Formats: sequence, structure tokens, C-alpha cells
Amino acid sequence: MKTIGYIIQKEFRQIFRNKAMLPIIFIMPLFQLIILSNAATFDVKNIKFSYIDHDHSAMSRALIEKFNTSSYFNVITDFPSAALANSAMLSGEVDVILEIPQHFERDLAKDKYAPLGITINAIDGAAAGIENVYISQIIQGFNRNIRPELMQQGQASNLMKSINTIPLFWYNETLNYKTFMVPGILVLLVTMITLFLSGMNIVREKEIGTLEQINVTPIKKSQFIIGKLFPFWVIGLALLSVGLIIAKLIFDVPMLGSLVLMYGYTSVYILVILGIGLFISNFTDTQQQAMFISWFFIVIFILMSGLFTPIESMPKWAQTITDFNPIKYFVQVMRMVMLKGSSLTDIMPQLLKTLAFAVIMNGLAVWSYRKTS
Amino acid sequence: MTNELVIQAENLTKTFGSFTAVDAISFSVRKGEIFGFLGANGAGKTTAMKMLIGISTPSAGKATVAGFDVSSEAEKIKKNIGYMSQKFALYDDLTVKQNITFFGGIYGLSRAQIKLKTAELVEELDLKEVVNQLVGALPLGWKQKISFSVSLLHNPKIVFLDEPTGGVDPITRRQFWEMIYKAANNGTTVFVTTHYMDEAEYCDRVSIMVNGKIEALDSPKNLKTQFGVENMNDVFLKLARG
Ligand SMILES: Nc1ncnc2c1ncn2[C@@H]1O[C@H](COP(=O)(O)OP(=O)(O)OP(=O)(O)O)[C@@H](O)[C@H]1O
Ligand SMILES: [Mg+2]
Repeated sequence: MKTIGYIIQKEFRQIFRNKAMLPIIFIMPLFQLIILSNAATFDVKNIKFSYIDHDHSAMSRALIEKFNTSSYFNVITDFPSAALANSAMLSGEVDVILEIPQHFERDLAKDKYAPLGITINAIDGAAAGIENVYISQIIQGFNRNIRPELMQQGQASNLMKSINTIPLFWYNETLNYKTFMVPGILVLLVTMITLFLSGMNIVREKEIGTLEQINVTPIKKSQFIIGKLFPFWVIGLALLSVGLIIAKLIFDVPMLGSLVLMYGYTSVYILVILGIGLFISNFTDTQQQAMFISWFFIVIFILMSGLFTPIESMPKWAQTITDFNPIKYFVQVMRMVMLKGSSLTDIMPQLLKTLAFAVIMNGLAVWSYRKTS
Repeated sequence: MTNELVIQAENLTKTFGSFTAVDAISFSVRKGEIFGFLGANGAGKTTAMKMLIGISTPSAGKATVAGFDVSSEAEKIKKNIGYMSQKFALYDDLTVKQNITFFGGIYGLSRAQIKLKTAELVEELDLKEVVNQLVGALPLGWKQKISFSVSLLHNPKIVFLDEPTGGVDPITRRQFWEMIYKAANNGTTVFVTTHYMDEAEYCDRVSIMVNGKIEALDSPKNLKTQFGVENMNDVFLKLARG
């Protein structure tokens, strides 16, 4: 225990000595948070909207007018036929086609129900999802009895699924994408900084030769590793704190759930990342190698985390891979706790999986750390 | 010096793939002895030393250090030895004092002991001016002396020094050897590699390694007689030329 204390003391001394490192750890991520949250917004504007009106009634014109006055849509054309509309979509001239069937007004009045065809260009799946929600909102606002039906076209074949499952609209009623993105980007920052710092740290000692000096002391592997990783665990939590404050102050992101829960989960999560970092450093000899491997994992983890592209729109095999992605669970928990106010019971599945990863990764890391070559 | 053997190696071998870096070396070192481990660049000195200090597992043969087997009891050996690597291995970004505290701490010294040791070292090495300076800013000679002192912090039975005086000036080398003598007088066994033949003359016994094998092992005096030369330099040249 005392031995661990000496290592922790030394690590903190080195971290605080390094005047270039502190800003990198704390200031840079905050810039990233601010820039990325503003840039990586899914806010879709100026959607190129077209329609085919088979009804030509007062009702159908009123509906089209609704789209016309919405700031999100630019009504560009009306098409006489679906074929013409579809070819315009193929050439990229329109994003959305609304098809109003014949007797739309009559059916709505008589049956209290009328279908409506909507085709969305789904080349950009995320944008399509958002467009769908905008459209549904406008239609529901216009008349609750209309049932919009998504038409299938070209790449749109798996669109239905992805649209229905994009979760952001359920808990983020104002459709503020920053509110949605900030928690996710905070996850990235905590993950990247702790992974790079821990992955680089031990390799650095290998490079300068001090690791060998430590390996000839009678120190126990576990003491060394705990002492080494603890400071980065603290830094990870500090980073979370700074990020949460920024989220509140600058982006006004709500914190509906419990902070204790947030910190509790993050504590376990950082252990997973530190375990991965240590594991990487055990198998690399230079900081450069460690950096490349860390990047490799980070990029895969991020792209498959559901942060930028919905997991539900990935192919089945890719979805299976995401089950092993700790970032995915952290993104989910972060959004659930912050935006939904989820409780411990709600996040239990994620927590248990993260805990299992922590045990496995740190087990592997300790096992693969060798004092003797 | 007693006849107690603190290092015993028997056909100790290390191979890297098909290359044999250390080729079945056998020797023993007595307690309190200053044992010089000579050899040209690449002869295998560092590799052999790493097996003795328990951070490299022998490919064949065996050795005991301080009574413990290098393959199976490496961690017990580590309690009993000090090591100064060929690569300078204190933390450049910590002060002298912080380095002493850290290494003292992980060798299990108490706070009080660390304080005492630090005060002793400051006195002995005249470190008053630099004790709160970063190690990285010190001249090499100072670094080496501090590094040696740090390797002795926990009063090890044996200290392994891998080219401790590489690149330092003659005055500092002389001071360094005074420190080595002092440690030996206190009963510490010193196992030292060097490329300076004048330093070889200071050793009680020396071994000379050529291409992974020990080609000669005796006191400097006997070696000179055996090879019929005036100084260790010539002994070394004769052996190395083959
Ligand atoms: N990990 C390793 N893998 C492969 N070869 C190695 C390894 N370590 C050392 N060698 C080789 O073993 C040989 C002996 O190296 P060693 O460092 O023991 O020599 P040395 O006697 O200490 O030399 P020097 O005086 O230059 O320090 C060299 O040819 C070296 O390239
Ligand atoms: Mg060497």
C-alpha cells in the first residue's frame, strides 16, 4: 500500500512538472468539446422538398403550405408523376418527396384516417432520420389522423428501421442536437485522453530505460500497475467534471439523472480504458507504436459507438461487434442519465457489461505485464 | 573478503533466435569482491548481467545470486541487489530528492529512513546546491554518482554496475571508484563492467568475455603474468584479437 503511494506521488509530480502536458490534458479537450459539439450537429436545414399532389384539394394545399412555411424545408417543385419525382431524387435534386393520394381530403373526413406517401433520400442515413422526424412532426401538427407511410426507394431499403430507432427525439423534445451531441463528445474526450495517456506512459518508461530500473526492484506487478494507473483514473474523472460543467454552462445540457450514478459508472468505465492502454503498452516498445495502435482502436470504437451513425442502421455483423465496444455503452449511459434521468436499474445492463470488460481487460493487462523478458 | 560465494553461474546461456549472445559462461564471485566484467562491445556483458539480476530468463544453464536461483526466485534476488543500468535510469523530470524518495519508497524504506539517507547523501556527495534541482539538468558525472548512490539505498548485498563511468571525466571516474571501494569495504559485492582498462586494474578479479564466452578469469596481476604483458590493456588486446 505504501509502495503504491510512492508511485502515485511520483506520477503526479511528473504530470504537474510537465508544463506542456497539463494544457493538453485539460484545455485542448475543452476546445474539442466546444468545436465538435457545434460542428457535429445533425441539424438539417434547407431540405429540398417536392410533392406530388393527386388530390388538389384545399386540405392538400394547406398541408403543402405547412411545409412551405417551415424553416427546415424549401419547397422546390411539384411533380406530375412519381416516376419523374423519383428520377429527380436519383439525380440529387430533391431530398424528400411527399405523395398525396387521390381522395386524401375525402378519406380523412370520412374515415378519420388517410395515408400519405413519403420518400426520403437516405444516402445520408443520419440526415434522413432527422428529415423523417421533421416531416412527421409537421404532419402530426397538421392533422393527427394522417398516417405517413414511408416509401421504399433505392438505398432507402433499410431506412424504416433506422428512422424509427433513432432515439434522440424521444428524450430531446426541443430537437436540440447540441444537447444530444455534448454528452457523446464528452465520452470521446474522457476516452481518448485516458487511453493515450495510459498507453503512452508505460511505454515512455520503457523507452527511457526507467522501466528496467523498476523491474529490478522487488515491487509487485499489481502495486506498480495500480500506482501507475490511479493518476490517470483521477484525471479521467476530473475531465468528466470539467466537461459536465462546460455542458451545463455553455450548452445548457440538462442533468436529469443522478451525478453519483454518472460518476460511479464513469469510474468503472475508465478502468476498462486504462486496462486497454496498459495492455497496448505491454505489447509495444515505442510511444509511436503505442500511439498508432491506440488510434486504431479509438477510431473503430468511435465509429461503431452509435455516436455519429445509429447502430441500428449497421449490418448485423457490425452490430454484433458493437456489443464489445465499451464506448457504445458509455455513450448510452451518458445520454440516458443526462437526458432521460435514467436510474441505476435502467443502466444496469450497461454497467454489468462495462464491469465485465474492466475485469477482463485489467486481468489481461496484469497478466501480460512482464518484469522478466 | 570471505570465501562465501554470492554469485555462481554454470553454463549460463542466452540466445536470441539463432544468435547466442551469452555462450555457456561459468564463474563465481565471492562476497565483498570487486569483480570486473570486461569485453568488447557486443560481447554479451549486459545480456549476462540482465540474467543475473532477474529481468531476463536464461535460455540454458543456471545461476544463483545471493543464494537464489535466477530463473525461479528472481523476485527474491531483487530484494538483495542494486543495479545501475548502462542506460542512465533516474527520472530526468524529477529532482534529486524526489528520485531518492521514489526509489527508496519502492524498495520499502520508511519515510524516516528515506530522510536520513537523503541527508547522508547530500553530505557525502556534496549535493546541497543541487538536491532540489531536476536530475536532467545535472552534468553526467553527477548523475552517475547519484545513480550509484540510489542503487545502494536499500543496502543491497550485491550491486551490479553496467559501465557506470561511461563518458565521464577522469577526475569523476576516480571519485566514482572511491565510492566503489567504500561500498566494497562495507561488505557489498561489486559486479562491474567497464571499457576502461585502468579501471580493470582496480578490480580484485576480472573476467574477459569474447563473443559470448569467458576467455580469461583471474586477478589483474595473474592475467598480466599469464599473457606476459605490462598492463591490462595488452591483455585485453591479445584476447580480443584472438
Ligand atoms: N533483445 C535482444 N534481441 C536480440 N539480440 C540482442 C538483444 N539484446 C542483445 N542482443 C545482442 O546480443 C549481443 C550482446 O549484447 P550486449 O548488450 O550484451 O553486449 P555488451 O557486451 O553489453 O556490449 P556493450 O559493451 O556495447 O554494452 C549483441 O550482439 C546484441 O546485438
Ligand atoms: Mg552493455
